[in-house]
Amino acid sequence: MSEPEPVLTKLPTHLGGLDFIFEGGLPEGRTSLVAGTAGSAKTVLSAHFLAAGIREANQSGVFVTFEESPRDITRNMASFGWDIPSWERTGRWRYVDASPSPDQPGVEIAGSFDLGALMARVENAVRQVGATRVALDSVSAVFGHLPDEMTLRHELFRLVQGLRMMGVTAVLTAERPDDHGPITRHALEEFVTDNVILLRNVPEGEKRRRTVEVLKFRGATHRKGEYPFSIIPGVGIVLIPLSASGLLGGPSSAQRITSGNTELDAMCGGGFFRDSIVLVSGATGTGKTLLSTEYVRGGARVGERCLLVAFEEGREQLLRNAGGWGVDFEQLEAQGTLRIVCEHPDASSLEDHLIHIRDLMREYRPHRLAVDGLSALERSSTTRGFREFVFGLTSFVKQQGVNGLFTSTTPTLLGGGSVTEAHISSITDSVILLRYVEVGGEMRRGIMVLKMRGSGHDRRIRDFAIDGQGMHIGAPFRNISGILSGNPRHVTDEEIVRLDELFGDGLG
Amino acid sequence: MASDRAGSEPDPDAPASRVQLTLYVSGRTTRSQRAIRNLDAICRQMADYEVRVVDVLEQPDLADRDKVLATPTLIRRLPPPMRRIIGDLSDREKVLVGLELQALDDPIPPDHPEAR
Repeated sequence: MSEPEPVLTKLPTHLGGLDFIFEGGLPEGRTSLVAGTAGSAKTVLSAHFLAAGIREANQSGVFVTFEESPRDITRNMASFGWDIPSWERTGRWRYVDASPSPDQPGVEIAGSFDLGALMARVENAVRQVGATRVALDSVSAVFGHLPDEMTLRHELFRLVQGLRMMGVTAVLTAERPDDHGPITRHALEEFVTDNVILLRNVPEGEKRRRTVEVLKFRGATHRKGEYPFSIIPGVGIVLIPLSASGLLGGPSSAQRITSGNTELDAMCGGGFFRDSIVLVSGATGTGKTLLSTEYVRGGARVGERCLLVAFEEGREQLLRNAGGWGVDFEQLEAQGTLRIVCEHPDASSLEDHLIHIRDLMREYRPHRLAVDGLSALERSSTTRGFREFVFGLTSFVKQQGVNGLFTSTTPTLLGGGSVTEAHISSITDSVILLRYVEVGGEMRRGIMVLKMRGSGHDRRIRDFAIDGQGMHIGAPFRNISGILSGNPRHVTDEEIVRLDELFGDGLG
Repeated sequence: MASDRAGSEPDPDAPASRVQLTLYVSGRTTRSQRAIRNLDAICRQMADYEVRVVDVLEQPDLADRDKVLATPTLIRRLPPPMRRIIGDLSDREKVLVGLELQALDDPIPPDHPEAR
């Protein structure tokens, strides 16, 4: 703000994490305009605003509906677990029904008018329930009932002034013609309110992506930019990221935990950090699922619970795989140290997957989270959406002090260059690469710790074998270079000696 | 004057009038007064009618019941179907059309004292 404005107090909304981008809440005693296209969740937001007030802050609310009938709203919102009829009975929720009545096929206008009746009804309702919050949804509809734009603009301005005099904090929704054009039809934002919030619901890939953005809060701060959100049955609006901590630092805990493989622990400088996220990337069949299986077993041996979320393989396949390496997943489940959840990557949106994982974690309280086949999610989403998903997941996992191991499949057999890797390796704390290596006409497997935030680690690419007991990491490939790039090249002993001399023992 | 009957409840024992009107106004503004005056002039043409004036500031619950947003709003409760007309009723033609009063001229029984 260039001119000094009085700093407003904010009303914490408790609305699905939106207080994070509101930086505390909505400007108190003011009206905020919520603009969005049809289907952008304006009504859900309005109802959630009141429901959250009733549930979290013991504040009553008035819902002024211009479009849907109160009966429809009550019925539609029941799926979120909001028992509006009981709140109406206890005087905490009051409707003002401004929806078109069936007896008004067309309205005859015979002279000048105002919205005095609406204002009197809102004021009466606010007084009756002692409302702190008011939602008006959606005022654009009133332009359909009463075709006199000049009068309506003037009257809505008066209505907002009236709300301010009543001291209530209000959200007023309005229709946007499209997601990137003018803010509202009839340019309500020009005079109705100092605070503008945009809801978007734009197609992205084969799915739709919902976002919320605070355009302005006059005289108060807010976070800038679009934040994705989801609408979850039983909950309502949920903002992504789930964690308000936002920024990812390095691991704050120096405590190490086992990867489940002693040799790998040694390569990592003594195991993974307790609250770190590890990305394991490799072509199909290089041993990613094995690594997550060992990770589960390693935790179970010291009594740690692990949640295994699999996107690429079904439960039966996972059980068979683990059995082949001598790990009995069913027994671990029976003893309570493992829970397996198999998800179809395309079954729901990334936001919904994220929220589902969060809910599973809240319920099961694992020490470890293994996500097998993260890359499967990327195939059905955009880069940006996927990055946000991983960012949201890692933030939440770290905030819970849980260790995470995510696996991702690279598209080519030899070498790497996985898209997933490129997009999310900077978000994760550690990156482990698994690669096929062709040596003298034979296909071998190599493992390397590419990155280990906050710790020294083995930088060599090592040979490993898989048998009925699991993974056995052996010696470094000495005479091969170009493994990571997918073009292994045999290096003569003379050259190795020469390089060794140049770099001391730094190269292998 | 129609406004003389403002807010009075209809006598339940009296036979219902053939035309029942409710005019919602908001306070004693000039617009409210104008609407009442205009309605009064229109009502003089009618025979068996009953008008009730409701001030939304005093009786917002009645406005809730009738889902009134704008003031003034005139509601024709009887005969069915319900009709509503918004505004200060200064456009007399629209009011007459909206209330379908022309159509009502004929069916007035010839023996009615106000029949012409």
